[in-house]
Amino acid sequence: MITRQRLAAGLGALLAALAAGLAFPAGAVADETTANAPKVDLVIDVSGSMRAKDIDGQSRMAAAKQAFNEVLDATPEEVRLGIRTLGATYPGDDRKTGCKDTAQLFPVGPLDRTEAKAAVATLTPTGWTPIGPALLKAADDLDGGEGSKRIVLISDGEDTCAPLDPCEVAREIAAKGIGLTIDTLGLVPNTKMRKQLSCIAEATGGTYTSVEHADELSDRVNQLVDRAADPVVTPVATEGAAECAKAPTLKSGLYTDREEFGRERWYRVDVEPGQELRAAVSVAADRAVSPDYGVLLRAVTVHGREIVRGEAAGNGRTDVVSTGLRYPKAESDDEEAPAETVCLQVTHSFAAAAGVKSTPGLPLELTVDVVDGPSPAGDVASFGLGRGWWLLGALVVAGFLGGLVWGWLSRWRVAVWRTN
Amino acid sequence: MRITKALSAALLALGLAAGPAAADSSPSPEPSGGSGAPTEAGTSFRTAAEMEQGRTATASGSTGDYLYWSFPADTGQRPTVTATVKLPPSQSGRQTWQVDVYDGLRRRQACQYGAQTRTAAPGGSTVELSCTLRTVRSWSEPWADDPLPGTYYIRLTVVGLTQDDLGLPVSTEVRVESKDIGGAAAVDGSLAKPLVPGIAVTSADEDSGDGKSAAAVLSAIDPDDGWSSGWWTDRWVWTAIGGMLAALAGIGGYVLTRGPGRPSRVPPAG
Repeated sequence: MITRQRLAAGLGALLAALAAGLAFPAGAVADETTANAPKVDLVIDVSGSMRAKDIDGQSRMAAAKQAFNEVLDATPEEVRLGIRTLGATYPGDDRKTGCKDTAQLFPVGPLDRTEAKAAVATLTPTGWTPIGPALLKAADDLDGGEGSKRIVLISDGEDTCAPLDPCEVAREIAAKGIGLTIDTLGLVPNTKMRKQLSCIAEATGGTYTSVEHADELSDRVNQLVDRAADPVVTPVATEGAAECAKAPTLKSGLYTDREEFGRERWYRVDVEPGQELRAAVSVAADRAVSPDYGVLLRAVTVHGREIVRGEAAGNGRTDVVSTGLRYPKAESDDEEAPAETVCLQVTHSFAAAAGVKSTPGLPLELTVDVVDGPSPAGDVASFGLGRGWWLLGALVVAGFLGGLVWGWLSRWRVAVWRTN
Repeated sequence: MRITKALSAALLALGLAAGPAAADSSPSPEPSGGSGAPTEAGTSFRTAAEMEQGRTATASGSTGDYLYWSFPADTGQRPTVTATVKLPPSQSGRQTWQVDVYDGLRRRQACQYGAQTRTAAPGGSTVELSCTLRTVRSWSEPWADDPLPGTYYIRLTVVGLTQDDLGLPVSTEVRVESKDIGGAAAVDGSLAKPLVPGIAVTSADEDSGDGKSAAAVLSAIDPDDGWSSGWWTDRWVWTAIGGMLAALAGIGGYVLTRGPGRPSRVPPAG
């Protein structure tokens, strides 16, 4: 059913592409679709431990191969899929060699299903588990293009190549600003491995899943590949300054930045009279942080006067803490009134947990919208209108008294007229 | 005179009938239906799955995922978000789940009623959460964080769990229903654009008409019948009826001063 829908969607996309191809120069469109194509790299652990027969009675490797076959069949047409292995070739005991053992099984590009499946079939559980180096290489595989990028890491053991912490590797990859997400799947996980894989996922805004059954594996990998295919806005990387005077000027759009612990980030936005500035910021916790945190977004004039602020605080487990603000700038009588430069200051109160590196900074996402200003309310009630039985009662009493007075007045006038 | 009486009776009856009818608040009429509701959830504000009110969105995920949906809410509505989490049978410890609602500026919105956070005992099979927001107003001061018409985000996640339960499969259901509060919450003043993130970019693209409609947008949310213009409220009905009743009462008062004894034919003054 899902497959059929996807097929239909694929056909629709194909038709749309054809139609677009007829309407526009073919080259330009082709370039754009290739550049924006979502890329996925499946990274699979082929270490010796994959031989263990504890997934529905079959070996972990067999379950992974079966899942890969299903995933390859269901991969949407537009997704550029690659496969990378770790620990596939070197069976020896030399740690140094074993920890470099990662290879590209199938390059990231247009999918040839038969070829990919044939390549997967050749895999036999062999060597070490160099997760860190494999992630670095996988990030290189995905380099280039504007589309979304995703690494799906399937492993059955924690990294055996310390001191290179794969969790820090993941954070550094994310900090390069290439918009990459790492999702991790742990086959029959233990506590230590669960911790490591979820740390890797957390560092890039990805997800972690424990897998105990073969069908769970293929369902989840399919879901992740589909997620990659969903079109999503790519934020523009920017770098806020430590003070307003040196801050970059932003237009409407979505921006990303990094903010270290205890620092401020400043940005500038120009707002014309009669326009409204809307800014939203979210700071993600991509590593273990203290359980109490907050974020403050302030709109300040160039002279340092605060206009409006948004603040949020929280505690407990979280992915982001976010807040926003609105600043409608009043209309000006002067046609030539210049745009006002508003400084946006972002600070967060995350604190790194003990033993966690504080660099690179936490990922920050900033949405800026400059739209037409609102029409302000003239009255708390709508246009000064009333509502309810008290209103009706008051109007009836007032009307009645008015009628009485009017009647008496006219009687008195008639009486006066008669006497004269 | 008879005409006046009949008219006044009719207007009174109309007033009595229309007043409460206009004030009556009824739940949104949208029938329940699965079609068109998302079967996946997003994992961040940027990727939130867009859903409509009155539909049930479903998603499967892993314990520990942060699941995001977004829905539109318009002036006068008081949305209630309900979420049901079906826990994995193999979970070993207590799990605490939480639903948070954020507005289009990613500001967390307070829940008036409802269990926003709940803990399931070990072996429990479902967790039911709900959150009733404040009424959406058409305008508020920039220094307030009152709900405004636009996109709303739902975030559903586990906030407390034992390490062993991390990553287990869960399935979730989310539904948004609104109560129409009507004129009681009416404010004049309105936003030029609803609080939909990225709307400055999307409307600029539409204006220039460069055919970029296929490009991804932050939030493509747009209610079926459009955003309310903000000028209609049932206060118009109440005030109009009040005015008419006042006029009738005025006539009544005037007639009273004439007295019942006054002859209808006034003799010439003499």
